Amino acid sequence: MTARVGVIVFPGSNCELDARVAFSALGAEVEMIWHAGTSLPEVDLVVLPGGFAHGDYLRTGALARFSPVMDRVRDHALRGGLVLGICNGFQILCEAGMLPGALRKNNGLKFLCRWVDLRVDNNDTAFTSRAEQGQVLRIPINHFEGNWYAEPAVVDRLRENNQIVLRYVDNPNGSVDDVAGICNESRNVFGLMPHPERACEQLLGSDDGIVLLGSLLDHVTDRAGVAG
Amino acid sequence: MSYLAQVDVMLKPGISDPQGQTIERALPVLGYPGVREVRVGKRIQLQVDADSVDDARTKVEEMCERLLANPVIESYEVSIG
Repeated sequence: MTARVGVIVFPGSNCELDARVAFSALGAEVEMIWHAGTSLPEVDLVVLPGGFAHGDYLRTGALARFSPVMDRVRDHALRGGLVLGICNGFQILCEAGMLPGALRKNNGLKFLCRWVDLRVDNNDTAFTSRAEQGQVLRIPINHFEGNWYAEPAVVDRLRENNQIVLRYVDNPNGSVDDVAGICNESRNVFGLMPHPERACEQLLGSDDGIVLLGSLLDHVTDRAGVAG
Repeated sequence: MSYLAQVDVMLKPGISDPQGQTIERALPVLGYPGVREVRVGKRIQLQVDADSVDDARTKVEEMCERLLANPVIESYEVSIG
């Protein structure tokens, strides 16, 4: 079966086409979904792409959280559907309360656009199943507000539940506990600041992003297989 | 009635504020030693229709909880009138 991926497009999104190209190349059927819609087509995975949704006014993700389609994204997640937030998408998921914490301005106040090494600290999730535990992936970052924060008690809980899925090998932005990517308790909502969709071609410097995006698609097709 | 509301949003105490830190480092260079704990926030000003000062405050506080501040990292203070 072919996995169906829905990429949400907010006014100000700018990585939606990268996401479409990456998931299409991996064999998924990709549909672009405008943020103002009040329904969601039948999809297996919803992707909130990078960019500057609603201009990032007030705070990153603060207004995007109230886009009409977000209620449907929440329903999709509550039904167990997969959701992936990349960069601005991660910020939106945090603002929406679908993932814990918040993203602050980078320590050093620099916009960071470069390759980083990410360590997979939990490979037992739908987002990391193709990785070895501890595998290091080379993926680019491109953000000003990537400095993840949560209260110490929340961080402890995430550690205990192995919800801190990806950590920076060399923390570029001040993120608490080197957090680069996390998941929710049910392990179907994932958010990360780095851009795996921009690391899907050796020609562009790395294809390690396929490990992550491909894992999500495996999860969809494996589940369909089990269901018969 | 219409009331002028001012909302001051600050990062919660204990949450690092890179903007404040940068300003704190810059001030001694300009000849202002002895400046500490610089914190940067924002002020949001709103004209709100409400029945009373209390009503205006209730409305604006609800706006703060839902949109104007992020309770994970920010605190807010509302003043009316």
